[in-house]
Amino acid sequence: MSNLKYALYTGCTARESTPELLSSTMAVAKKLGIELILLDEASCCGASHLQDFDDFLSLVLNARNICYAEKLGLDMVTICNTCQLNSAMTKERLDSDPELKAKVNEKLAEVGLEYKGTSRVRHFQYALIEDYGLDNLSAKVEKPLSHFNIAPFYGCHNIRPSELHHEVNGGENPYAPTSLDDLIEALEGNSVDYESKNKCCGFHVDLQAPKTSNALSGTALVDAIDNNADLMVTPCPLCQLNMDLKQDSAGKQLGREIDLPVLHLPQMIALALGCSAEEIGLKFNVTKATELI
Amino acid sequence: MGNKKEITIKAFRFNAETDYLPYYKTYKMEVGRDELILDLLNRVKWEHDGSFSYRRSCRHGICGACAITVNGKATLACKQNAMDLVELFGDELIFEPQSKKRAVKDMIIDKGDFWEKHAAVKPYVVADVDPNPSSESTMSQEQVEQFLDADYCIQCGACHYACPVVEVNEEYFGPAAFAAAYRFSVDPRDNASKDRLEATAEMGPGVWDCVKCFECAEACPKDVNPIEKITKLHNMQFEQGVAKRNVATKHAEGFIRSIKKFGYLDEQDIVLYSEGLGVVKHLSEAFKMIKAGKVHPFDVMKKKMPRSKNLDEIQKLIEISQKNEL
Repeated sequence: MSNLKYALYTGCTARESTPELLSSTMAVAKKLGIELILLDEASCCGASHLQDFDDFLSLVLNARNICYAEKLGLDMVTICNTCQLNSAMTKERLDSDPELKAKVNEKLAEVGLEYKGTSRVRHFQYALIEDYGLDNLSAKVEKPLSHFNIAPFYGCHNIRPSELHHEVNGGENPYAPTSLDDLIEALEGNSVDYESKNKCCGFHVDLQAPKTSNALSGTALVDAIDNNADLMVTPCPLCQLNMDLKQDSAGKQLGREIDLPVLHLPQMIALALGCSAEEIGLKFNVTKATELI
Repeated sequence: MGNKKEITIKAFRFNAETDYLPYYKTYKMEVGRDELILDLLNRVKWEHDGSFSYRRSCRHGICGACAITVNGKATLACKQNAMDLVELFGDELIFEPQSKKRAVKDMIIDKGDFWEKHAAVKPYVVADVDPNPSSESTMSQEQVEQFLDADYCIQCGACHYACPVVEVNEEYFGPAAFAAAYRFSVDPRDNASKDRLEATAEMGPGVWDCVKCFECAEACPKDVNPIEKITKLHNMQFEQGVAKRNVATKHAEGFIRSIKKFGYLDEQDIVLYSEGLGVVKHLSEAFKMIKAGKVHPFDVMKKKMPRSKNLDEIQKLIEISQKNEL
């Protein structure tokens, strides 16, 4: 395995309410000999909400983030589906529209930056699969996950819109995605097949429409539980937060008891690779998951 | 013609007049490379069971009548090659109506909710038109491009019934109605743009209830990309001063507060700022987060908040690039 090296765009959540996402990502990279350079200059991606308020400003800020990966001469990897969406969408819009790119670069020039479009933008999940390879990952497993039924929850912004992502997500079919199932199998876990795996968790309306959010997250959690899942895993910290934190309110709304640990993807990989409890950070999961170690 | 392949079709069957519950029937058939899903619907009816019911009309991807789902994927039957779906999903294709709970007979659904919501956004040009015009009403290329292909919508309902919010929130307009609202609001001849913006800004039925799942963009057989128009409607609320201060608009605008200060989003501040006094309803979750060590309630000086390097660049870019206000 030649040295894999990426610029890591952490997003906000991994540096705030889900520190376990960052620590487990770094731990996995260390175990696999992948070098991750933190993009400390980067700002928030706007999470699709700043985009609703001021589309142009959000383009400028996202382009700036990518500039710093370009300056390092590295491809960018993300660890949040929504960061991935907004970074990739910015890249796609600027790369396909020279006029828009010029307008954005006019602003960036004021702070001495230029967006060129030279770095690929991928979610770390797909960089692992594409560049490191599942067979190589399998070979590194120290603690097989064979005693767990694991429900993969893909998260919208890694799989839709498929046209935007298909070159950086292995051409995943949004109606029948397989990459997370493959990852679970590579770690010798049993992947759970259930209808909600590619559905929305409702995170983005949690403030203004909590009923919608609870209905969507609750339905997916219950679906996983009814298909004998012991835990759920997701590459998106926003899905993770919504589904880990709000099990009581979702359960109340659906009239069901919901109690299912929800892990970040790198937490699951770190478990299988035998990383330390500190690195995996299960103490930060709200729905009790510490007994998984 | 290429090689034929033996496949199984599992079709949703239900007759609201006689059946208590729906059931599935399977049909085996050899399918050729050039057959469409509509051909397979026809063959189920013509070769297997004459009572099998579905809507069809133009066969040219224009009338929108034959939209169903295949293995959960929104599908306009007359436009979709069958073998492409076999390659995607394997040898078993599952035919279902767009919305099972609205099924009337087999693939046919009651689309009343779709039409009602579509009509409610005034999907037509509202203008006083001279009945005896002396010249043509023309539009520049630039003005036409503003439509962003929204006028290609054929009202098939694929996006509407693929939308998870439509499923759980009965008053929600849905992506097709929003795309129409956008299309007519940017029409230079139209005078009802403000009405549409106000209607689609309402909490509950309006665009703020969109979960941003992109199911609509994926489902559309005409590449209308409804969520792009939903984002446009959001932006237009601020550009045209229609946006009211509420939890959703403050949530969108509030990102700038944090980004200016830290580069990152201040996750606690955005909830406090957006909710105002309504923040009390988040107390039990806040407590859980504190208990797990995810948030730091006494960090008044924000020492635990991360800060982007070169924050001055971010502040400058906001200053020179921000276009909208709340």
